[in-house]
Amino acid sequence: MRLPLLALLARGPAHGYELKQALEALLGAAYPQPNIGQIYVTLGRLEKAGLIEGEDVEQSNRPNKRTYRLTDAGVEAVEAWYEETTAEPRVRDEFFMKLALAPHSGTADPITLINKQRRQYLNTMRDLSKLAATEERDNRVAQLLIEGAMLHLQADLDWLERCQEELE
Amino acid sequence: MRRSRPAPDTPPEPAEPAEPVTEPIVRAEGLSKTHHGESTPVHAVRGVDLSVGRGEFVAVTGPSGAGKSTLLHLVGGLQRPDAGSLWIDGRRVDGYDEARWAVLRRRSIGVVFQFFNLISNLTVADNVELPALLAGTGPKAARAAREELLEELGLAGKERSMPGELSGGEQQRVALARALVNHPALLLADEPAGSLDSRGTREVLRLLSRFHQRGQTIVLVTHDARVASAADRVISFFDGRIADDAVLGAGPRRPRPGGVAGTLELKD
Repeated sequence: MRLPLLALLARGPAHGYELKQALEALLGAAYPQPNIGQIYVTLGRLEKAGLIEGEDVEQSNRPNKRTYRLTDAGVEAVEAWYEETTAEPRVRDEFFMKLALAPHSGTADPITLINKQRRQYLNTMRDLSKLAATEERDNRVAQLLIEGAMLHLQADLDWLERCQEELE
Repeated sequence: MRRSRPAPDTPPEPAEPAEPVTEPIVRAEGLSKTHHGESTPVHAVRGVDLSVGRGEFVAVTGPSGAGKSTLLHLVGGLQRPDAGSLWIDGRRVDGYDEARWAVLRRRSIGVVFQFFNLISNLTVADNVELPALLAGTGPKAARAAREELLEELGLAGKERSMPGELSGGEQQRVALARALVNHPALLLADEPAGSLDSRGTREVLRLLSRFHQRGQTIVLVTHDARVASAADRVISFFDGRIADDAVLGAGPRRPRPGGVAGTLELKD
């Protein structure tokens, strides 16, 4: 949550609630939204770390709100974030361990394990298809996020198929 | 089809009455097919039992070479089984010759292929109307059915186009219209999105789902899990056999914190 908030602040100063709304608008309703409490906590930490600085703005009928801006160190942190490439996702490690250990433990049949796992992935795939259908069509960022999740799942399913071919 | 045991004081039911409500559209027992090519024989389908109920949307998935397309071809009479029995809509059809299969397909089975298989020197309108005319529908009714389907499939205005002038997604929608023009009891689709981009795939899936919601029975073969997940039931086919037969949306699942959205969660 730290770096996405910093990246949002690169556009200009904002207060916590505005940042929450900006994230929601960008990633769509499907994305699990951080609650406002998490955002305030993260902003507090970023301020302590010297990456942002806050300023209280008086409001006539409400309590003061605090707006944040990036410091020079914060700008550098965002630049460094974009400079780095991102680590690739990992194979579903826990399932792989189960599968690898099944013949040794003697408590599970590998093919049964694969079939059960496939059912789970297919159900999730179905849920993602439904999500893509309900998400706004022209929210390209949100649609791409869902499509990305589907393609990862597709790869997991292809890999299950390979496991089944080899182990059957 | 299994019959529930009659209660002791009710008279026994007559043997094998026609029961259109519960009779599966497809029933196969011990279906087998071996391909004899130039190399060693390939046992594409090995003793498959299958039942597809009215209104079901079933996807058959598996790696290439698993025999899933052969299975679909057997069900549609495009290939003949070496052994086993097959019933379509209650009628035993495994002994049918080519002529009887042609009539059955015209009336009761629509087929969609990966490469559309449209007649390239006929217009879109003629491609769709032809099977209706062959089935004995009058020209006026065939035209009306064609107009309605093309409209429904977002192809209004393309009637005079030749297939080669259309995108892949559009050609597949024409193929879908052609397959559905005689209101078949069963729609078979062999990798219907196999040569489409993701936009074309989404469009074809959306249309298949829509026809399914109106009661169309669909059996679809695909290697693509995204396509398979549009179905209500997924059969995993390996090495000529059914390895798993799963109804989606049923049975216990490991709950994921935050629901499906959890799979979307980005990490810091």
